[in-house]
Amino acid sequence: MKNEPTSYVNQIGNTYRLRTRGIGKYGIVLAFIALCIILSVMTPRFLTVANLVNIFTQVSINALLAFGVTFVIITGGIDLSIGSMVAVAGVVAALFAHPDTYPVIVPILMGLLAGLALGALNGFVITRTKVPPFIVTLGTMTIGRGLALILSKGRPVSNLSDSFNFIGGGQLFGIPMPILILIIAFAVCSILLKKTVIGRYMYAVGGNELAAEASGIRLNKVKMVVYTLCGGLAGLAGIVLTSRITTGQPNAGAGFELDAIAAAIIGGTSTSGGVGTIMGTLIGALLIGVISNGLDLMNVTSYYQQVVMGVIIIGAVVLDSLSQTKK
Amino acid sequence: MQETYSYFIHINDTLRMSQSQEYILDVRGLSKTFSGIKALDNVQLAVRKGEVHALMGENGAGKSTFMKILIGLLKPDSGDIFFEGAPLQVKNVHDSLKKGISMIHQEILMVPELTVAQNIFLGRETTRFMPGWLDDQTIYRKANEILTQMGVSLDVRTPMKYLSVAEMQMVEIAKAISNDAKVIIMDEPTSAISDKEVATLFSIINDLTKKGVAIIYISHKMDEIFTIADTITVLRDGRYIATHSATELDTNRLISLMVGREIDSLFPDAVELGGQEAISVKNLGRKGSFSGISFTVKAGEILGMAGLMGAGRTEIARAIFGLDRFDEGEIAVNGNLVSITCPQDAMQHGIGYVSEDRKALGFIPNMTVKENITLGNLSNYTQGLFIQQKQEAKIASEVAENLRIKTHTLDQKVANLSGGNQQKVVIGKVLLASPRIIILDEPTRGIDIGAKSEIYKLIRQLTASGIAVIMISSELPELVGMSNRILVLSEGKQTTILSKQEATQETIMAHAMPH
Repeated sequence: MKNEPTSYVNQIGNTYRLRTRGIGKYGIVLAFIALCIILSVMTPRFLTVANLVNIFTQVSINALLAFGVTFVIITGGIDLSIGSMVAVAGVVAALFAHPDTYPVIVPILMGLLAGLALGALNGFVITRTKVPPFIVTLGTMTIGRGLALILSKGRPVSNLSDSFNFIGGGQLFGIPMPILILIIAFAVCSILLKKTVIGRYMYAVGGNELAAEASGIRLNKVKMVVYTLCGGLAGLAGIVLTSRITTGQPNAGAGFELDAIAAAIIGGTSTSGGVGTIMGTLIGALLIGVISNGLDLMNVTSYYQQVVMGVIIIGAVVLDSLSQTKK
Repeated sequence: MQETYSYFIHINDTLRMSQSQEYILDVRGLSKTFSGIKALDNVQLAVRKGEVHALMGENGAGKSTFMKILIGLLKPDSGDIFFEGAPLQVKNVHDSLKKGISMIHQEILMVPELTVAQNIFLGRETTRFMPGWLDDQTIYRKANEILTQMGVSLDVRTPMKYLSVAEMQMVEIAKAISNDAKVIIMDEPTSAISDKEVATLFSIINDLTKKGVAIIYISHKMDEIFTIADTITVLRDGRYIATHSATELDTNRLISLMVGREIDSLFPDAVELGGQEAISVKNLGRKGSFSGISFTVKAGEILGMAGLMGAGRTEIARAIFGLDRFDEGEIAVNGNLVSITCPQDAMQHGIGYVSEDRKALGFIPNMTVKENITLGNLSNYTQGLFIQQKQEAKIASEVAENLRIKTHTLDQKVANLSGGNQQKVVIGKVLLASPRIIILDEPTRGIDIGAKSEIYKLIRQLTASGIAVIMISSELPELVGMSNRILVLSEGKQTTILSKQEATQETIMAHAMPH
């Protein structure tokens, strides 16, 4: 008897939640489709194969970073150092990618390793010291930028082998390599998050850390995996970027972390943890890409583009907080 | 002589051996200190295979801390735990679950976004194809079996957040019993479920004990304890008091073991004041929290408010102070009906509130004593945009002197004061608004005994100046010692108002226990 009022209140809460959740979940897809329709009407150049391929290629690097940071945000953390990791991984890969030195697999592995190592460093410090991830990764962001400058002696690392430059500039079956890499990363990350135990633990840790701990989940292990993974994806993004611009730039990737976090948040990943999908993040990244592409086509200056982007990020978070259940 | 001596040692050893075989869980000399306060002091507990062992004690007796140590959520400072005769080393919950100890947590611990089945098997997922690949099909099937066995009809694919509290509690129970544990700790497992579900739980417990599973059962509900428990261990103030077979005890005897403290001269004598009615509350109710609350408090009187955790004491205080809305009933101040919808309303009518959660709601730790005291009434000491520093300092030092706040300077950060002095700062802040009615919610929680008596003197000082006090406390001696009358709550309902003569710890407990 005593529980009746509670469940009654809960029911009201549920309908409310379901409704706002609907907006939060599908709103971004609807917004994306609406935007594409508007752009195709306004500029005939938008809906062409060449332009769409162009958008996807441009989006690929941000999407790779955003997938990694989605894992981190789902566990309730944040990673600000991914932009710097792009530079470190790019420079490291470039150093091993000069023509007639090593086979192309070596620079790829070294670049990935650089990202994984920096990610593991983040994870290690965060789990051992309990310093908030925001602070730790703010520190490694600066450390990473310094490392990239040290390793490259402050100069762009150029003269890279053709096989290495194929990663970012080549095509397979008529599809640009960055898009292929994006598709594979998307599939792997989606499966990891939805179909594996570690993915389940990511949601659990971010959804209710105490409950996860009380269920026997080792929090430190999960966090370690997540930050290392995020670093690895940043390393991959660094390799693709370096190959595309055919140089290892120590200053590359500055500010990329913000675009990646924005893509995750626009795609419905909750900054309070426990909620988010790789699909959502991909749509978030595409939305950012389409907006800047569309505004480019309509000859809007990049100054205005930034304003529009900011408005969209805040709008997405407002939707997110509306669909939050907690008062 | 020598012979006999070693003979005794031998007997002792055999005795201990047989004991540790008989007891599946044997805890000795367990202690735990939180920032200087002893939560557990040399506690012991011995649980046999297949028995229901009730762990009893007042709020704050240390039961939950004790259980969190057993499950690996907290680390003890010292003490030995033997599990199945061998020393038990658990670094985390993962270890204890593996060993066969699981727990139903009082605060329902669930991941809201995951489904019922995913929560039940969280940390113990079944996999297929390859290591790490989730097999949710099996998880759903198994979860469905368990819930069906328990007689709970729930869609195992529903995300946890859409469940009612009662349903969540049943899932929490399902989770603990699905682990094939040898010892299951149940911390208030029935706080949110109905009688029918309690019956289900009890039949589950019976099945488990027949299989040799030991249950450690924590509950405030006396009838439950005497229905289900074989053995009862009582803790008080973090110390071990006694272990008895349930048949040796009755409710009264158990309650006196639980409260058993002598009231000393800690409490200054009450001042008799035939004051006027300061506040009267009629039939106050808030859906899901409390209902039918009616009382009056005269000027200079202390009305104590007693009840177990979750009985609705703080909720009533919050409603009177305008922090929460109430759905029914009325409040009159000085005989005039008032409308209170926010704390500003309450303050205007002369009501002040000192929260139970001093650290979260009472003060700002990094601000100074002076700044904290004047924070609520800063507009009185400002001119235009500027704070009148001299006036502010004068008022603050007056308050500090009146309340005997011990601080080197008024510019000391409140974070650096002792608990008792922090509480005085909070009271000082409330007093600056010159209230006629003050609600004190757990005014001495976490304060050492010396500072407590200071706070008691201060409360008497307030009543002597004609302020009406409503004092909420979980410490029965304090309620009995200070109050003119005591209102007792049980599960959101007012069960009685005891006069000074009627009020003893035993009578309060008897009225506070849910039946």
